[in-house]
Amino acid sequence: MAQRTLAGASHHDATSYVAIWGVLCALLGVSVLGPMAGVRFLTLITAFGIAIVKAYMVCRYFMHLSIEKKWVVYILGFMLALMVVFFGGVAPDVSRHEGLRWQKTYVEPARTDGER
Amino acid sequence: MSGLATHPAVHHDRGFVTYLWSTDHKVIAMQYLFTGMLMALIGGFAVYVFRMQLAFPGQSVPLFGRVSSGQYNSLVTMHGTIMIFWVAMPVLLAAFGNFLIPLMLGCDDMVFPRVNRLSYQVFLLSAVVLVASFFVSGGAFGGAWTAYPPLSANAAYNLTRYGATLWVVAVALEFVAFLLGGVNFITTAMNSRAPGMRMFDVPIVVWMIVIASILFMASVGPLLAGAVMLVFDQVLGTGFYDPATGGDPILWQHLFWFFGHPEVYVVLLPAMGIVAEVIAVFSRKKLFGFRTIVYTAVATGVISFFVWAHHQFVAGIDPRMASLFTITTLIISVPIAEMVFCYIATLYGGSITLATPMLWALAFVAEFLLGGVTGIFLGAAGADIYLHDTYFVLAHFHYTFFPIAIIGAFTGITFWFPKMFGRMMDERLGKIHFWVTIIAFNVIFIPLFITGAAGDHRRIFDYSGFPDLATPGLQRLRITATMGLVSLLSVQPVFFYNFIRSMVRGPIASANPWRANTLEWSAPSPPPHGNFAELPVVYRGPYEYSTEDREDDFWPQHLPDDSPTPVASVGDRRSA
Amino acid sequence: MTSRPIATTRNVMGVPTGRLAVWWVLASETVLFGGLLGSYVMMRLRHGAWADQAANTNTWTGAFNTLVLLTSSLSAVLAHQAAERADGPKAALLLRCTILGGGVFLMVKAFEWTHEIREGFTITSGLFWSFYYTAAGLHAAHVVAGMVIMFIVSLTAARNEELHRVENVGIYWHFVDVVWIFLFPLLYIAK
Repeated sequence: MAQRTLAGASHHDATSYVAIWGVLCALLGVSVLGPMAGVRFLTLITAFGIAIVKAYMVCRYFMHLSIEKKWVVYILGFMLALMVVFFGGVAPDVSRHEGLRWQKTYVEPARTDGER
Repeated sequence: MSGLATHPAVHHDRGFVTYLWSTDHKVIAMQYLFTGMLMALIGGFAVYVFRMQLAFPGQSVPLFGRVSSGQYNSLVTMHGTIMIFWVAMPVLLAAFGNFLIPLMLGCDDMVFPRVNRLSYQVFLLSAVVLVASFFVSGGAFGGAWTAYPPLSANAAYNLTRYGATLWVVAVALEFVAFLLGGVNFITTAMNSRAPGMRMFDVPIVVWMIVIASILFMASVGPLLAGAVMLVFDQVLGTGFYDPATGGDPILWQHLFWFFGHPEVYVVLLPAMGIVAEVIAVFSRKKLFGFRTIVYTAVATGVISFFVWAHHQFVAGIDPRMASLFTITTLIISVPIAEMVFCYIATLYGGSITLATPMLWALAFVAEFLLGGVTGIFLGAAGADIYLHDTYFVLAHFHYTFFPIAIIGAFTGITFWFPKMFGRMMDERLGKIHFWVTIIAFNVIFIPLFITGAAGDHRRIFDYSGFPDLATPGLQRLRITATMGLVSLLSVQPVFFYNFIRSMVRGPIASANPWRANTLEWSAPSPPPHGNFAELPVVYRGPYEYSTEDREDDFWPQHLPDDSPTPVASVGDRRSA
Repeated sequence: MTSRPIATTRNVMGVPTGRLAVWWVLASETVLFGGLLGSYVMMRLRHGAWADQAANTNTWTGAFNTLVLLTSSLSAVLAHQAAERADGPKAALLLRCTILGGGVFLMVKAFEWTHEIREGFTITSGLFWSFYYTAAGLHAAHVVAGMVIMFIVSLTAARNEELHRVENVGIYWHFVDVVWIFLFPLLYIAK
């Protein structure tokens, strides 16, 4: 603990946690307002792009991953990478509507918002 | 500072409650070991019953009675489930991990002794839940250990409504127990090494157990999520895996096998670690390519995340995806083969003693090799179209799992028994047990390769409905396999007798009867609370056997340089 | 209380043992939530019609809950700061504020779910809702667990003991917050 306090003490004081919180709240506001523009692409960017930014900020400033040992970041990164592998390997199978010798018999209810 | 911490709660009184509530890693290791051995009896009984049904269909099985089709399904399901989750994992990973890690690293316990105790308690609860499922209405779950929905989700299909839910809950609890244990193992191994112990001074078995724990941790999450979804499907009527509501049964398959494949390496790596330790000690030779073996194990672990769909080649996945998984599956055989080559290289030119642990270790290498090469056929998507769900698959995975779970366990138990219990096991009984077990094992599964290639489907209660398979020739092979099993089971009491008798009346063992280097052999046999009178400092790696310029053929890790190896004391036993 | 083994006090890797263990716990939780949310995303991509169902979640409630969790993360990290300055009682107080934040989150969730169930959207109303309740429910279970552990830590922290645990439980709490940061757009915004 001592080494972190010495090296990171100035870092802690300089970083105002309240300021970070303020930025996070502002970002939250933007992500809520995003859908109101009505542009689907923009909504997705604001919703998920901002989520990634917020998560990054919490990890960096609140969890102090920026001053943690590098290999801790690599371990967590490895787990995230595995989730990408999982998604990449399974989504092409699960997200399909028909395949070589099968088709979905489930009838999708019609959408009421006019989109396909 | 003395290592013999006096824990107020766990002291010299040997009361029953003390043992049940202990936080000492060695006691917890024994708890896992004995629970695993007890569950093995249940799993073994299950296979006895259903193999008797296959050999003599429709006839009453001694000690059980007539086997109905539903009971058959439950028996095969429970056999597989128990042997993997309640025998292989607790014995190889939890028992040996708990016992060895603090000792081999030169510390007095795990870093979180109370979490350690909690992990065993959760594990015990999971075992109780699973065994309870035998007694509920409908009986134990009968949907196969892979629990594919809709069979596993819909009680109208599996006919074991309560058993199915208890099964999922038991498996989920077991996962939680091993996650808790895994955090303990990994943190202890990373942070609590003895002074002077660098990364590659850590014995290979500890490396393997830690890598296995990381693999488990990284792969079980999606399945745990999937298990929650399955329980909800079973109990609440949600439709995660039900096509009628837009769900997808294949999602379960992916969730299951994304874990299921790394899981086999989770159990394989500790077994390989145990075998490596024994081979080095009984060849009196440095482990060949220690760093290579470690890097290879890590590489295997990583690659294991890219092969899972080889279990789903005929499930309707895109053939292009199947080709990808064929390639990765064939690639993963390379690092494993490399590790086996390293073991063989260790043996080459060594001064070999065929003590019982060494016999088991050599048998592991030979039998696992056969399992591995038969996997090549299955990994190729084209061949798998024919072989999938036949007894060829079953024989393949028993030629891998049996060496892992049974041979690996016996290797470790016979090797570390003196350290665990302070007495030596009987060598003659050990050898009888070994030879009959190994011969019987091969008598069981070689016929099953043949019947599998001939077309025997898995999970069939009675072949009389399959004219091509209900031939006298094939039936003779099935009977042969069952007779092999009966022989295998009949000789196990020899082991139990040896185990219990030696524990109570065996010759007293010295601290280091095998003249080995690793730190656990510098502690008394058995080690007291706190393990070491003075916590050791490490000066060298674990495999300095037959070092040049030294009189003795071993050089314990904790001895300062230029000090003579202590003379073997009276009572040291090496095998005849 | 049994005395701590010497093993726990060693620190070969340069990261204190408690914190190292929490990182490994987070690693396992990452794949747990990753698997669940990944499965949800795959199914969501497959079922465009879920947008209709998703329209029935209340974005404002979700946003408010996000705000509550972000604020509780703030109090958690301020608790860590107090612990670093060896001010145990202040750290305990801030931890209890964090617990309060968790409590508010759960209460809002309770009202939200009650309302939705009354409207007829139960866990079996459709696959979207199954995922909705399962994912948010698993998250809520982790919130509860965090609150319990945090309370236990606050008891010793108030006596100026075991202050390193304040940071460790905080890291866990931030992770719970991060999961919600992703759940919010997935369940409330992507409609």
